[in-house]
Amino acid sequence: MKSIKKYWQLYLIVAIPTVYLLVFRYIPMIGNVIAFRTYLPGGSVFGQEWVGLRYFQMFIGDATFWQVFLNTLSIGIWTLIFTFPLPIIFALLLNEVKNRIFKKFIQTASYLPYFLSIVIIAGMILDFTSSGGFINNAIHFFGGSRILFMQDPKWFQPIYVISQVWQTLGWGSILYLAALTNIDDTLYEAAKMDGANRWQQMLHVTLPGILPTIITMLVLNVGSILGVGFEKVLLLQNPLVYSTGDVVSTYLYRVGILSSNFSYATAIGIFEAIIGLVLVLGSNRISAKITKTSLW
Amino acid sequence: MKDSIGYKVFKAINAIVLILIVIATVYPFWNVVVQSFSSENAITAGNVVLTPVGFNLETYKYVMNDPIFWINYKNTIIYTVVGTAISLFLTTTLAYVTSKKYLPGRRFFIGLSVFTMFFAGGLIPNYLLIKSLGWMNTMWAVTVPGALSIFNMLIMKSFFESMPDALEEAAIIDGATPFQILMRIILPLSKPILATMVLFYAVGAWNAWFGAFLYMDNKNLFPVSVYLRNLVKGATGAEAQSADEQSQVSSNIKAVTMVLTVLPVLVVYPFCQKYFVNGIMIGSVKG
Repeated sequence: MKSIKKYWQLYLIVAIPTVYLLVFRYIPMIGNVIAFRTYLPGGSVFGQEWVGLRYFQMFIGDATFWQVFLNTLSIGIWTLIFTFPLPIIFALLLNEVKNRIFKKFIQTASYLPYFLSIVIIAGMILDFTSSGGFINNAIHFFGGSRILFMQDPKWFQPIYVISQVWQTLGWGSILYLAALTNIDDTLYEAAKMDGANRWQQMLHVTLPGILPTIITMLVLNVGSILGVGFEKVLLLQNPLVYSTGDVVSTYLYRVGILSSNFSYATAIGIFEAIIGLVLVLGSNRISAKITKTSLW
Repeated sequence: MKDSIGYKVFKAINAIVLILIVIATVYPFWNVVVQSFSSENAITAGNVVLTPVGFNLETYKYVMNDPIFWINYKNTIIYTVVGTAISLFLTTTLAYVTSKKYLPGRRFFIGLSVFTMFFAGGLIPNYLLIKSLGWMNTMWAVTVPGALSIFNMLIMKSFFESMPDALEEAAIIDGATPFQILMRIILPLSKPILATMVLFYAVGAWNAWFGAFLYMDNKNLFPVSVYLRNLVKGATGAEAQSADEQSQVSSNIKAVTMVLTVLPVLVVYPFCQKYFVNGIMIGSVKG
C-alpha cells in the first residue's frame, strides 16, 4: 500500500498499456474458449454453452483439414531447407568483401525486399509468373512453351519457397554479419601462424565463431516451421491450386471468417498453436542437450 | 601476406556472385518501375525488359485521376500517423515503467507482457472482439489491435535501463514528477531508439493490409494497400479461371499503383537503414 502511495504516478503511467494488454491480448486469449462452446452471432465473445471437444473431433475427421495440414508442413519444411542456410552462406561471402562501399551497397540492396509490403511482393510474383510475365517470356525466348504457373498446383510451393528466399536472403544475414564482426582478429592471426589457408580459417575460426548464432536461429526457425506466411499465401493462392497451396491459416480464415464457423475455426487455431509451441520447446530442448546453447 | 592465386580467383567469383544476387533482388522491382512508364501493348508483347518501351505518363495520369486512389492514399497516411502515435505511446510508457528496477510489482508487468509473446488469441477471437467493440469500419480496427509489439517494448526497456540512475535522482531532488522526468529528460536522450521505433512501426503500418481487409468493407475507408490488393487479386483471384482473364486490369495500371504505394518507403529507406539494423541488433543482444 505504501508503495502505491509513493509510486502512484508510475502506476498511473503503466495503467493504460496494462488495460490495453488485458483487452487486446488477454480477452482474445480467453476468447479461445469458444472452441469448446457454441457461438451465437451477436452473442458473447466467450460463447454460449459448453460442447466439450465436439469441434476438435470435427476437424480430426475432416479430410480437408489434413490436406491443408500436410501442405503447411511441406511448405514449412521446404522453406526451412532453403531460407535457413542461404543467409549464412550469403553472410560468409559478404564477409570476404574488403571494399566497404561495395559491401554497404550490397547490404542496402539485399535488405530492400524486407521493407516492401507483402501486397507489393505478391503483386510482383503474380506479374512475374503470369502468362505474359518475365519468366514466361524467357521460356518463350528460349523456345519453350508458356506455363500457367499460378494455376498449376505443382508450381505453388516452389514459387512460394523461391520468393521467400528472395525476400529474406539479405535481412536474414544481418545477425550473422554482426556475429562475424565480433570474432576476435587474433584468432585469425593464430590460425595463419599455424599455416591455415583461407578455407581452413573459415572452417576452423569463422564457422565456430558464429555457431551459437546459427543454433539460435535454427531453433527459432524450426519452432516457426508451421508459421507459413499467412498473408502471402492468402494473396497468392486461388481455388485452382488449393490442393497444394492451401495452408492451415488460410483454411481457418475461410472456414471462420468467410463461412462464420467461429468455434470450428478457433479449434483449428488452438491445435495449430499447440503444435507450434511444442516445436519451439522441443527444438530448444534438443539444442540445449546437443550444443549447450539454449534460448532460455 | 600476399593473397594466393586461388584466393584472388575466389574474390573475383565472389564479387560476381554478389552482384548477381543484387541484380536478382532489385530487378523485379526495376521491372515494375519500367512497366509503369511503358505502353500496355509493349508489355503484353513482352518487349519491356530493361527500359520503358512506348514511354508515356498516361497511366500515371489515369491512376491519379481515380478519386478512390487518393482517398485511400490519404487513409494510409492517417492510419500510419495515428497508428504509430498509439504504438509509440504504449511502447514508451510500458518500457519506461518496467525499466524501474526499484518499482514493486515490476515483474508482474513484465510477465504480463512477455506471456503474450507465447500465447495469443487466434484470428477468430480477435475478430469477434473488434466486432463486439463496434469497431468494424473504423480507423481503430486497423490502428489499435496490433499497436504494441512486446519485442519492441523490450528493446526500449533495455535502452532505458542502460541510462544512468543519476539523471533521475537529480531530477527527483529538483521536484520533478515521474511523468515530467520521462517527457523532459528521458525521451530527449532517447532519440536514436525513438527513431528506430518510429521507423519499425511506421513501415509496418504503411504496409499493413490484412486488418483493413478483415474489418472494413467500405472502400472509402480502405488504405491504399487494400486498393492495390484488389487490383492485383481482382485479376488473378478466385474469379480468374483462364489466362485471358488475368489481364482484366492492365499491367501498367498495376505497376503505377505499386510504384506510388511503395514510393514513401523507398524514399526513406536508404537514409534510415542504419536505424533498422541498430534496432534488430539491440534486440538480438538482449533478446
